[in-house]
Amino acid sequence: MATMTYRDALNAALREEMTRDGDVYLMGEEVAEYDGAYKVSRGLLKEFGPLRVVDTPIAELGFTGIGVGSAMVGLRPVIEMMTWNFALLAIDQIVNVAAKIRYMSGGQVACPIVFRGPGGAALQLGAQHSQAFESWYAHIPGLKVVMPATPADAKGLLKAAIRDDDPVVFIEGEMLYNVKGEVPDEEYVTPIGVADIKRAGADATIVCHSKTVKPSLQAAKTLAGEGIDCEVLDLRTIRPLDVEAILRSVAKTNRLVIAEEGWGFAGVGAEVSDLVQREAFDDLDAPIRRVHQADVPMPYNKHLEKAAKTDAPKIASAVRAVCYRD
Amino acid sequence: MATKVVMEALSPTMEEGILVEWKKAEGDPVTTGDVLAEVETDKAVMELVARADGVMLKLVVAAGATVPVAEVVGWIGEPGEAVPSGSDDAPAAAPAAAPAAAPAAPTPATHPEPAAAVAAPAVPAAASGRIKASPVARRMAEERGLDLGAITGSGPEGRIIKRDVAATTATPMPVTGGAPTAGAAFTDVANSQMRKAIAKRLVQSIGPIPTFYLTAEVDMERATEAREALLARDKDGRFSFNDILIRTTAAALAQHPAVNAWWMDDHIRQWQDVHIGVAVAIDEGLITPVIRHANTKSLRAISAEVRELAGRARAKKLAPEEYTGATFTISNLGMFGIDEFTAIINPPEAGILAVGRIEPKPVVIDGAVVIRRRMRLTLSCDHRVIDGATGAQFLQTLVGMLEHPLAMVW
Amino acid sequence: MAVSTDRRAPSTSETRYSAEYRDWLRMMVLIRRFEERAGEAYAVGQIGGFCHLYIGQEAVAVGTISALRADDYVISAYREHGQALARGMSSRSVMAELFGKATGCSGGKGGSMHLFDSSLGFLGGHGIVGGQIPLGAGFAWAAKYRKTDQVSLTFFGEAAANIGSFHEALNMAGLWKLPAIFVIENNGYGMGTAMKRASAIDDFAIRADSYGMPGVSVDGQDVLTVRAAMDEAVERARAGEGPTLMDIQTYRYVGHSMSDAPHGTYRSKDEVEERRSRDPLDVLERRMRELNLIDDDGMAELAAEVAAEVADAVQFAEESPEPDAEQLFSDVYAPNQGTV
Repeated sequence: MATMTYRDALNAALREEMTRDGDVYLMGEEVAEYDGAYKVSRGLLKEFGPLRVVDTPIAELGFTGIGVGSAMVGLRPVIEMMTWNFALLAIDQIVNVAAKIRYMSGGQVACPIVFRGPGGAALQLGAQHSQAFESWYAHIPGLKVVMPATPADAKGLLKAAIRDDDPVVFIEGEMLYNVKGEVPDEEYVTPIGVADIKRAGADATIVCHSKTVKPSLQAAKTLAGEGIDCEVLDLRTIRPLDVEAILRSVAKTNRLVIAEEGWGFAGVGAEVSDLVQREAFDDLDAPIRRVHQADVPMPYNKHLEKAAKTDAPKIASAVRAVCYRD
Repeated sequence: MATKVVMEALSPTMEEGILVEWKKAEGDPVTTGDVLAEVETDKAVMELVARADGVMLKLVVAAGATVPVAEVVGWIGEPGEAVPSGSDDAPAAAPAAAPAAAPAAPTPATHPEPAAAVAAPAVPAAASGRIKASPVARRMAEERGLDLGAITGSGPEGRIIKRDVAATTATPMPVTGGAPTAGAAFTDVANSQMRKAIAKRLVQSIGPIPTFYLTAEVDMERATEAREALLARDKDGRFSFNDILIRTTAAALAQHPAVNAWWMDDHIRQWQDVHIGVAVAIDEGLITPVIRHANTKSLRAISAEVRELAGRARAKKLAPEEYTGATFTISNLGMFGIDEFTAIINPPEAGILAVGRIEPKPVVIDGAVVIRRRMRLTLSCDHRVIDGATGAQFLQTLVGMLEHPLAMVW
Repeated sequence: MAVSTDRRAPSTSETRYSAEYRDWLRMMVLIRRFEERAGEAYAVGQIGGFCHLYIGQEAVAVGTISALRADDYVISAYREHGQALARGMSSRSVMAELFGKATGCSGGKGGSMHLFDSSLGFLGGHGIVGGQIPLGAGFAWAAKYRKTDQVSLTFFGEAAANIGSFHEALNMAGLWKLPAIFVIENNGYGMGTAMKRASAIDDFAIRADSYGMPGVSVDGQDVLTVRAAMDEAVERARAGEGPTLMDIQTYRYVGHSMSDAPHGTYRSKDEVEERRSRDPLDVLERRMRELNLIDDDGMAELAAEVAAEVADAVQFAEESPEPDAEQLFSDVYAPNQGTV
């Protein structure tokens, strides 16, 4: 096993898939000559040339549409969003075309495309650059939404996303790019739609994904010292949701906390809560608790920003509450 | 017109009361001023008296129930009169105009004869309605054939949760300490109204854990001698004063289950067995590996276990179950030359013992000043669980054991 | 480099396409009769939802699409019945789709606005104004990527030339010299808003200048003129010389959709009558009669063929089954969802 960063794991996935399949290309702002706004595409221009690593004008709607169009006729584009905040400009193409072209064409036209880039907040980037939009995309039938938390998952899932025959919204994290972890040396692909138990436990389940996995593990560590043994379940894929894994864990622990980065209203946690109250009502020993961003645009001031964000202490308090220990 | 009998505020701070015992049965004649029931408030057991004349039409709540102030517990009215249904706010009967009281002959509690059962379309679940239980608790109770109504809930607002059903299923708990028995690792003690009031007030006064401290100085001469003698007998033996403290404290705790306890918010859990957490300093802070069943282990076993756990603690190789679940914790800073200190309680444990260094000191024994090896112990107590006298008695036992090692096996 | 040229004046002596004239005329008449029949079916509830008819614009679809090769791509907006027929989709499959039947080109899941036939490179049928313009550029990008000489033809209305996706897509198409042809079907109205009330300039062809491509202004009522201009654009695209913007002026005789009268608050009955006087079907028929390529008998025969085809299409649509209930959940994702 090699230790590498999340960024390099993504880079390796792109390189391997572009080498494997000539229909795979990368398009977006600053992906080629600049080597990527966050250096995820470092070295790829040199290796694959300007037809396969394509710099675009700042025109999210336009280049996303070009990518979707090329996927409709059989290419396998990877469209980089410099950040998912900017993808709001392109959401018409993602939602109105990529997500439903297969359906409204009666199954004739596929759209094998990956939209990827960093989502959510980093540090003090203010209201317009600090948004977690996964629940928006997860709302849409026809899309898959993948959000890896570790380098190994990032590589395996990006490879799976590129090979997938459906459009995949692949949300990374600026705060995750430098995270290091072990990545298998051999070729592997991590299946989409399968959650992963990042820590096994018996007393309470913390369902999390992407940037909330690490604080969930930190909270679990703190709580272990208080005699609460947490199971940390990393969804990895928001849509399709690994329903079985969630229900299995709740059946074991009888208590559920859902931690996510974005806002609570109609968030991922709302969906998971609904699932669990409906399918596992008789397994619950306490009402489900959710941890999410404060219901405000992200403030710039660092203390206010910290107060707004999901973090380990907030997750730990929620777990104490579901264990009747608050 | 029937008259409500409500839970009255029998103390200035009372918010709810336990209806300990009914003194009237349904059908009994009642005169204003008669004692209807005994109620335990946050302060004491008080009497709930009749505010109207007639017969006891209906006992709405069963003995043992906890009832918020102002909620209906029963009805008084004319024989055969119907009890208003639902939550009708039936106007109170005309102000009890001091009637010529036929002194009620308090008949022994009998059930009303069926004939009088016009009033009987009883509202069995009482005014408070459905039993609150978590879904999994409901399922478990059903699977095990348990009546939820017979289970006391320990969750918020008395919600019956999983642990309550699990506890009900277990074999009856022995109430006293003594030899640890399989299957009954602890005793849950319901919080009396007084215990609840004490807990509430103390928390308001001092913070989440109302802590007080008890300090005692121990003469360690005999313990030192005993240690030296044991080490001389077994040249491979290695054990520290700390190991002696763990063993001794465990023995003392076994005699004082009130101190070997957890605060569970709505009740106190007194553990039968003693699991001692030993604070170990590591690079990142501290961790407390747990010596389980320390009251049943030999000094030699404890010593080996402490060394092994502490080694792995420093290497950060402890599994969670190896540093959780202590019933009491010992923190020893003697090796750092600290005379005495106060340690902070690790919730839900109710106590922690802070151990200072052993140092020779002049003390007066039998009227003469002599130099003795002395050590200071400070016990931090969660006042919600341990009262001053309780803590002091435990400390007394512990000091006695250290000063007279044989007391341990007494 | 950009040149804006006006192709309004047809060459009267033009005969190079005469062999195709009957096919063109037949297709234009088919589209007219098909749409009239669709309007009737809509009125009696056999067709639901939105339904945008193509009547009056037939020469645009026929003049452009007839210039393409079988492996080229076509994409359009929601007024696309005529283009689907011109691309070779059967009257049956289009009518059945309008009826929402299982035998429709999109299995009854698309409807009037979402006609697809991937075997003919006809890739919709898109309901969001301007949304298809980057997609058309994307087909052209794929052709360039694969180094084929395929061409991508994108239709949209003049109102869509004011939306961001138009400018973004044309900029990239020009920048990367994509084999794309962007056809503005300029019928003068974005729903009820006249072009002059929505656009700062009234000559859309010159917008091509901003994106480094030629822009041509074309008389859309004369199929010959449309075809001649289209041939030039196709030739340039196949040769790798980049995209073309064509502003083809036409007129819809009917309302924006079936819920809209042919004329109303935004245009007068006189205007509609005046524009109908130069009908694209008449323009071609007249030319064919001048060249003795058709006579009264020939016209009657053509009309009978078309009437039979439309009647057959309606009967087929009426008799076709509804989609199976399980079709509700199919085609959301690829059939074998598991990856790898």
